[in-house]
Amino acid sequence: MTIAGEALTPGQARGTTLVLDEPISFWGGVDENTGRVIDTHHPQSGASVAGSILVLRCGRGSSSSSSVLAECLRNGVGPAAIVLAEPDSILALGALVASELYATEIPVVVLSTDAYAACSAARELTVEVDRGSMRAVVRIVS
Amino acid sequence: MSTISLTSDEQAMLAGDGGVATQLAARLLVRMAELMGAERLVPIASAHVDGCLYHGPVSIDFAERLVAGGGSVRVATTLNVGAVDLLHPELNRGDPTRRSAGRELMRLYSALGCRPTWTCAPYQLANRPSLGEQIAWAESNAIVFANSVLGARTERYGDFIDIAAALTGRAPYVGLHTDEGRLATLHFRVERMPARLAASDVLFAALGYLIGRRAERNVPVIDGIEHATEDQLKALGAAAASSGSVAMFHMVGITPEASTLAVACGHRTPRQVIPVSRADLADAATALTSAGNASLGAVSVGTPHFSFAEFERLRSLLGGRRVSDRVAFYASTGRGVQEELRARGWLDDLTAAGVTIVTDTCTYLAPIMAPIAGAVMTNSAKWAWYGPNNLGIKVIFGSLEECVESAVRGERWRDGELWRDDRG
Repeated sequence: MTIAGEALTPGQARGTTLVLDEPISFWGGVDENTGRVIDTHHPQSGASVAGSILVLRCGRGSSSSSSVLAECLRNGVGPAAIVLAEPDSILALGALVASELYATEIPVVVLSTDAYAACSAARELTVEVDRGSMRAVVRIVS
Repeated sequence: MSTISLTSDEQAMLAGDGGVATQLAARLLVRMAELMGAERLVPIASAHVDGCLYHGPVSIDFAERLVAGGGSVRVATTLNVGAVDLLHPELNRGDPTRRSAGRELMRLYSALGCRPTWTCAPYQLANRPSLGEQIAWAESNAIVFANSVLGARTERYGDFIDIAAALTGRAPYVGLHTDEGRLATLHFRVERMPARLAASDVLFAALGYLIGRRAERNVPVIDGIEHATEDQLKALGAAAASSGSVAMFHMVGITPEASTLAVACGHRTPRQVIPVSRADLADAATALTSAGNASLGAVSVGTPHFSFAEFERLRSLLGGRRVSDRVAFYASTGRGVQEELRARGWLDDLTAAGVTIVTDTCTYLAPIMAPIAGAVMTNSAKWAWYGPNNLGIKVIFGSLEECVESAVRGERWRDGELWRDDRG
């Protein structure tokens, strides 16, 4: 199954999904050295975002989440892509800065509610972004 | 997503005419403006930058890239708190490597031409922004104060994009920068409160906490408050920006864009009216205390940074008495206010009374406080919100008077009259 969406940042990725049942603040919520969810109130507390296609409705809270996402990417424990249901400029900025500093691009894409629901039920996804149009294509592998 | 239209000056920055640091800043700013749905940028009069607080190596890598690229701010730029107290180095604790990285980051941001103000309350400095002025500010409490109390115009900016705005002198023209984006959409109607509560700092902190929990993405308007000081409005905004993501509020008859309820709402009907009772505020105040019956270990005030007026009040509440030996008492403030205290001859008095003055940073962010046996008492809803998670400390929330009286007695003291209902 192929889904079209809008890309906030360019890049391409293939990986296993980590679906978050609630929004997360990377600042205070994700450990930048391990990529683990450390927010003890979060339903996916203890899971690792490292190398995953991170599927979450939207980010939450502090603008310092840009920094923490960028730290994760610098440390090689960031997600391979982020799939959202609502645009999130704070997460997009973290990905943009990491790409400027470390040439580690990860696509951050926004899907419609239905498409998002389909992705949150998937186990493996690919994400590709066309740089010219900034259109995203998400494929459900399994 | 919008296609943004840029002036020739802005296109030149993107093309690298202002050097590679400005070019990187312009690239990030334009991309963010597109993501935020802006159709153009707007020139700004000043910036307040929070990126000088160390989060990790990325903070340094980014700032070094800007310094190496010849970066220099285009507008007057103040700096938020850093990770260390530069004026009281003996107070800094924690990992020495992280501490020196924190200090290095503060040096790099100064090298970009920012003023080393190191305060989260830049609105307490001279030359603050005026009504209608376009600015780009970071730090959630400063943002909400600038928009609400000063009537200056900023969206919520944070790490990376704050300095990008300062280096380009531009912000995305969207949201709270526009007339439309500033109109109130949610109405909080506060019932008449008992006189003692109405005058206290607790009312404003608790009301801010409650509004933050309910406001979602709305601009709230509050009516029913007859009088408020700038420090009370500071407490309200800081609370609402911690428990929620409020970046602006109106208070009818008090804030500059709310001469009437109708004006604040742009003569439209707000989505919802939320009544606020004394019991609602009491619940909010209770929710901010996470310490149960734990004993008192320390008091921390000045989040956001204590103003000179707040030190006057602290002095009068102390009334020449000394804080108990069992309790550490921290007051975080800007170095400018500390200078005023020194000039007035109060600094030595406060120190002798057992008050530790912290500048340039804040006790909820940086390892400043000595190991504490017991809970920390504060009159700051922001401290009460972040303290438990950041520091693993339990909090007792109370009025400044309760904080001072508890510190002097060495145990938790509650003002029995504060919440009493004396309304006829």
